[in-house]
Amino acid sequence: MADTADIKETGLIVDQAADTGIRAKLIYLGRLLWRDKTGLVGLSMFLIVVISAVFAPVLAPYDPLKQDLRAAKQPPAWSEKGDLSHPLGTDNLGRDILSRIIYGSRVSLTVGFFGVLIACSLGLLIGLIAGYLGGRVDNVIMGLVNLILALPYLVFVVFIAAILGQGLIIVILIFGFTDIPIFVRITRGEVLRIRESGFVEAALSIGSTRKRIIFNHILPNLIGPLITIATFEMSAMIFYEAGLGFLGLSVPPSVPSWGNMLATGRKYLTIYPWIATFPGLAIVFTGLGMNLLGDWLRDVLDPRLRRMKK
Amino acid sequence: MQRYILSRMVQSLLILLGVLFIVFFMLQLTGDPVSLMVSRNASPEQVERLREEMGFNRPLIIQFGDFIGGALVGDFGMSLRHRQPAMKLILERLPATVELATTALLIALCIGIPLGLLSGSNPGSFWDTLARGAGLVGQTIPNFWLALILIVVFSVELGWFPTFGRRTWEVFGMELPTKSVILPAFSLGLFTTGQLVRFTRSAVLEIKNEDYVRTAYSKGLKDNQIYLRHILRNASIPLISIVGVQFGYLLSGSIYIETIFSWPGIGNLLAEAIGNRDFALVQAIAFFASLVVVTLNLLTDIAYGLADPRIRYGD
Amino acid sequence: MSAILTVKDLVTRFYTFDGVVHALNGVSFHLDQGETLAIVGESGSGKSVTMMSLLNLLPMPPARIEDGEAIFEDDDGPIDLLKLSKPERRRVRGGKVGYIFQDALSALNPVMTVGRQIRESIMEHLNPGEKAARDRTIQLLEHVGIPGAKSRYGNYPHQFSGGMRQRVMIAVAIACDPKIVIADEPTTALDVTVQAQIIELTKRIQDKLGIAVIWITHDLGVVAGIADRVLVMYAGSAVEISPVDRLYEHPQHPYTEGLLAALPRVGAKRGKRLASIEGAPPDLLEPPRHCQFAWRCPYNFDRCWASVPPLFEVGDGHYTKCYYDMDQERPR
Repeated sequence: MADTADIKETGLIVDQAADTGIRAKLIYLGRLLWRDKTGLVGLSMFLIVVISAVFAPVLAPYDPLKQDLRAAKQPPAWSEKGDLSHPLGTDNLGRDILSRIIYGSRVSLTVGFFGVLIACSLGLLIGLIAGYLGGRVDNVIMGLVNLILALPYLVFVVFIAAILGQGLIIVILIFGFTDIPIFVRITRGEVLRIRESGFVEAALSIGSTRKRIIFNHILPNLIGPLITIATFEMSAMIFYEAGLGFLGLSVPPSVPSWGNMLATGRKYLTIYPWIATFPGLAIVFTGLGMNLLGDWLRDVLDPRLRRMKK
Repeated sequence: MQRYILSRMVQSLLILLGVLFIVFFMLQLTGDPVSLMVSRNASPEQVERLREEMGFNRPLIIQFGDFIGGALVGDFGMSLRHRQPAMKLILERLPATVELATTALLIALCIGIPLGLLSGSNPGSFWDTLARGAGLVGQTIPNFWLALILIVVFSVELGWFPTFGRRTWEVFGMELPTKSVILPAFSLGLFTTGQLVRFTRSAVLEIKNEDYVRTAYSKGLKDNQIYLRHILRNASIPLISIVGVQFGYLLSGSIYIETIFSWPGIGNLLAEAIGNRDFALVQAIAFFASLVVVTLNLLTDIAYGLADPRIRYGD
Repeated sequence: MSAILTVKDLVTRFYTFDGVVHALNGVSFHLDQGETLAIVGESGSGKSVTMMSLLNLLPMPPARIEDGEAIFEDDDGPIDLLKLSKPERRRVRGGKVGYIFQDALSALNPVMTVGRQIRESIMEHLNPGEKAARDRTIQLLEHVGIPGAKSRYGNYPHQFSGGMRQRVMIAVAIACDPKIVIADEPTTALDVTVQAQIIELTKRIQDKLGIAVIWITHDLGVVAGIADRVLVMYAGSAVEISPVDRLYEHPQHPYTEGLLAALPRVGAKRGKRLASIEGAPPDLLEPPRHCQFAWRCPYNFDRCWASVPPLFEVGDGHYTKCYYDMDQERPR
């Protein structure tokens, strides 16, 4: 109960959420996750995939490359001819599907993570340059960005992949570089917004250095949108990698990747449908988790979004 | 308005020029385009002969000039495999892809817009949950996987649709679609459906709070009227952009679906060409797909300008 | 003069993420037929919320009208605006009560012609034929002073200047001959000369059609030009109600006094600081337990902090919500 004297000073109630400190912030984040359970679900799903990628050798019951022709084409454990030795069945060469899915998460996450890392860092750099320098440099950069964004993505990705051949690094580089324009756009947009708000002149006039303006003002505003978009782009890259794998343009066929598994599965679709079904489910699971996570991040990191209590 | 159209046209031409440049130099990426196209067993003499035949030992500038010159008249060289002009092959396959993409778009529109509208106008209701689920599904399920599942369920198990191939209904010399297009179109249109639901929903939610909607209520108009005449009408303008972009995506992104369903379109041609290392054809397809997308974007922007009176009668 | 609208103890709250906002804490006033009532107050005092509550134009998930009544003297008898069914409310909106919004650019649908937007209202309430509706619309456009009304019928809102757009808004509001028109800061965004024109126009239309007008503004200068009576709002309550002349000569509430003192005067001495009221309005997150102006009031004493003052009658048609008697310069 506030003191009468306090009330007389000011009628305003002090803001309770002004508490700072890392611990308080983490607790706040936890509370936000709990309130918006879809974010929690998304994060958990994502963590499951990460854990299977990191701990694959421990979690997978079999060596994903090991062929066992006697156990080939075995259906999942719950059907007639299946049993628990191969819970999700085996493929045409007798390789255990569950293990291959667990190992496949490594390819997907590696491609997604490093691809986004490249695209984001380079995109950030180029976007800052374009937004800050403006003029001709900006025009050239934006011209290139618009050019790349105008192209039919799938056609060109397939084209490049076909030319450069198979390989994990190649795939990472392809996705990393073709996604740069998106991050350039976001960064540049933010820089322009701040420039146009007259804020920069004001900051310069009180003696801030350009570097300080970038680090203290522009970058913090960018973290939110960049993280959110990065999450969605990572999910997209995982999809596209699977697509390339489906055409045999991703990692070599021996390496277990969800896309490769789908390609194999397609050949036997009508007789052994499980070979294709489970890798697809893995992709859907990962995509779903990341999308939910991305949605939650977007809500949390956008200060303007406030929901009404019922 | 005219200035707007003109500047967009110039932009489009510049982009197409850029595309030509990219498409041409993609082949040169590895340094020796011929090596891409020949089989491993080819002898050095065969390789050299092919190089001369295709003109790859000329200076780059000349090759490029030739390329552009050819492009302007629609000549993209010959497909190695089919021994026919690349463009001719592409145009032959075009109708199948157009049929597929158009059907996919129609399905997406018929499901997406009404669902988005119902969802936006009744937040928290069953429709809302359904719509948000649909939006999520569209984003998270890869269309090629859905295609496989649909085949297993509807073709193999239920037998309602053919497992592959395109069948048409010949009427007065026209090729009309039959039910063979349904499964491919559904798979292809999945992402677009999700996008349309999400977009319509968020547009409705946003527009609902606009001042002019409040004015409409203050005039005592009925809810239906307000939703259709005010909210939907305003939402349909940016919807034009989304639909245009999605149509371009559908036309150019059908490679997986066409491959899975053996649908004789351009996507299938692309997959084939890659498999055969027929890169002249791949080049031609890449350019053609870009042409389609760029043209579509241009038409969409023009349509947008015409539809929005602020641009059409702008000062 | 009989009252055409009597509002009693209107309570409206907003249930938001950050807490419950007590936007209106028992607002009462009345409006006579054909008169102009000005509602003055700063941003957040509840002027617009009051009016929108009457027509239920507030977004209903966060907002809730908790209590009160608003008796409107309809042709067939009195009705409580706050307790109407949906179709009844639709009949009142536009048909009996017109609303002029502040920002005509955002309040008009940008992709619909101006003529259509006016005609919509006419078709809904009066239901004449298409042609008759069109004719009436053109007539209305002429009445509000838009030159070339016939050709302007098919123009879009962005093709009009600010002042002209506001006239269109007026045409929309009076299209169906309402008995009351609520003008929510219609001239705030316009420059002074245009402002004067709009005020003139409103007076003319009002005289001609006998409409009662509620004019919301924060500009005391405008009030002097158009009002018959004034309602001063602060922190979600009506703190003073008075005929216009008396308000300027004998304000009875310290807030009104502060407002009047803050008006810069042409003849004032140079170098003198502009007067302002110390402090800031309360944030409305708590229901009021005492006078909401007490923090900033130069006359406050202990009774002010003990309970919320009721409305005291201090003259003919003059009320104030204050425990301090300004004339006698001592607590009541």
